[in-house]
Amino acid sequence: MMAFFAIPAGLVISMAFRPSDLRGGVGEGWSLDTLKALAEADYLPVVWRTVWLSALTMLICVSLALPMAFHMARVGETWRRLLLLLVVVPFLTNFIIRIFAWKTLLHPEGALTQFLIRCGLVSEDAMLLNNAGAVLLVLVYTQLPFAILPLFAAAEKFEFHLLDAARDLGASPWQAFYRVFVPGVRRGIFSACLMVFVCALGQYVIPQFVGGPADEMLGNKITQRAFADRNLPHASALAACLMLAVLVPMLIAAIARRVSGKEAAS
Amino acid sequence: MKRSWLPSLVTLAVLVFFFAPLVMLVVNSFNASRFGGEWEGFTWQWYERLWAADEVWDTLFITLKIAAVSSVTAMVLGTLAAYALHRFRSWLQSFHSMLVTLPLVMPDILMGMSLLAFFVALGVELGMTTIWIAHVTFCVSFVTMVVLGRLQDFDFTLLDAARDLGASPWVAARKVLVPLLLPGILAGGLLAFTLSIDDYVITFFVSGPGTTTLPLRVASMMKGRNLPMINALSTLMIASTFILAAIAFRLQRRRA
Repeated sequence: MMAFFAIPAGLVISMAFRPSDLRGGVGEGWSLDTLKALAEADYLPVVWRTVWLSALTMLICVSLALPMAFHMARVGETWRRLLLLLVVVPFLTNFIIRIFAWKTLLHPEGALTQFLIRCGLVSEDAMLLNNAGAVLLVLVYTQLPFAILPLFAAAEKFEFHLLDAARDLGASPWQAFYRVFVPGVRRGIFSACLMVFVCALGQYVIPQFVGGPADEMLGNKITQRAFADRNLPHASALAACLMLAVLVPMLIAAIARRVSGKEAAS
Repeated sequence: MKRSWLPSLVTLAVLVFFFAPLVMLVVNSFNASRFGGEWEGFTWQWYERLWAADEVWDTLFITLKIAAVSSVTAMVLGTLAAYALHRFRSWLQSFHSMLVTLPLVMPDILMGMSLLAFFVALGVELGMTTIWIAHVTFCVSFVTMVVLGRLQDFDFTLLDAARDLGASPWVAARKVLVPLLLPGILAGGLLAFTLSIDDYVITFFVSGPGTTTLPLRVASMMKGRNLPMINALSTLMIASTFILAAIAFRLQRRRA
């Protein structure tokens, strides 16, 4: 495991400092050229887009998953099992197939587009595919289970009598939910946010298939550098950036967990 | 106290959101229309065409072969890793456990990119072997997690009892430990099998010429014209996923 995970990860970072050669391999020696190219090429909009798409996905996923976890934790045992299974099953279906399903739905002659046109919600020539909205929709679709599962795990442990107590003390249902339930499951919210955000950051298949050329994320750039240009060092440099972007929130989370753990202990 | 209807409504909406695309896909695989905008009659023709498409069946064979080999390897390695993690505690072990959990949360693309860089640096030719290694790498973590869960319920005094009754360490492990862990190991293996079949991103990075797996084939078909054929293929794949998930669910439940 050491050999096949830790070493490659280190290698990617080191490779970012190697010059590329024309044969598509890795050249000799070390250089900072690739990093300079990285700074010059206009990756900034791509990075920015990756981050805001992931952040938006995270917000939507968590706000959908919260009431759902709330509901799942309150229903009876049989229902709870069934709902959990229903959440997991689409999650197990092949990733490519799920993207393909959305691609056909959003296609100009696809079912969803036709349906919306018939309802008069969109105009005849509306393009639902190949834009940032489509990417966001499919991102939410694929990441939602990642938000529901940790939130459900947290909500299951929540003491629901607390809500009744809040209501007895005069809180409105919304207040009880917002002021008692949400803080009660804040750890679940936290890990759900982290999961969705980190997983969304690394996506490239979704923008590739349902996004337009203006919706590329960092992952697309990595594959383009690695396969279209055969410039491995460049791709590695990008991957190293992405790795940093992933590790930073995870480290923050780990530190925060340790701090709150100590507080709980003292 | 009256319960709010809003959470249940959201739940319902999310489930519809989850299943509508899949249901549409299955329905469309029997639809004579090319894009599935409207129903133009029931047909088996996409399945017939799929049946005749030899390259798809070749890739299915490759996919199954890789999945079988990598899930067996992952089962063995994952069980050993879980045992080591459970029995011994040291700083090396906490590092080990971090190594196991990291691939679970790491985005696929980073894993694919790392492995590609690794193989290129070693000068290994991309092909079956590299896909196998890559699949084992990400499957091991999942198997380890499942087996670890099972080990936590395992009563280790049983092993001492076996030793007291004269079993050698090896016999004790084989006759007591392994049979009791078997449902966990099998569930982990099955999970690894489905993950291996489904993986697109990592395989995309480490596959070479002549080693196209099924998800890769579907993705390249998506760029072509045979869209309804993918509907048919997807329906078959969804069905097999459901069956595998049901088996895994049963296996996990047996311990309860």
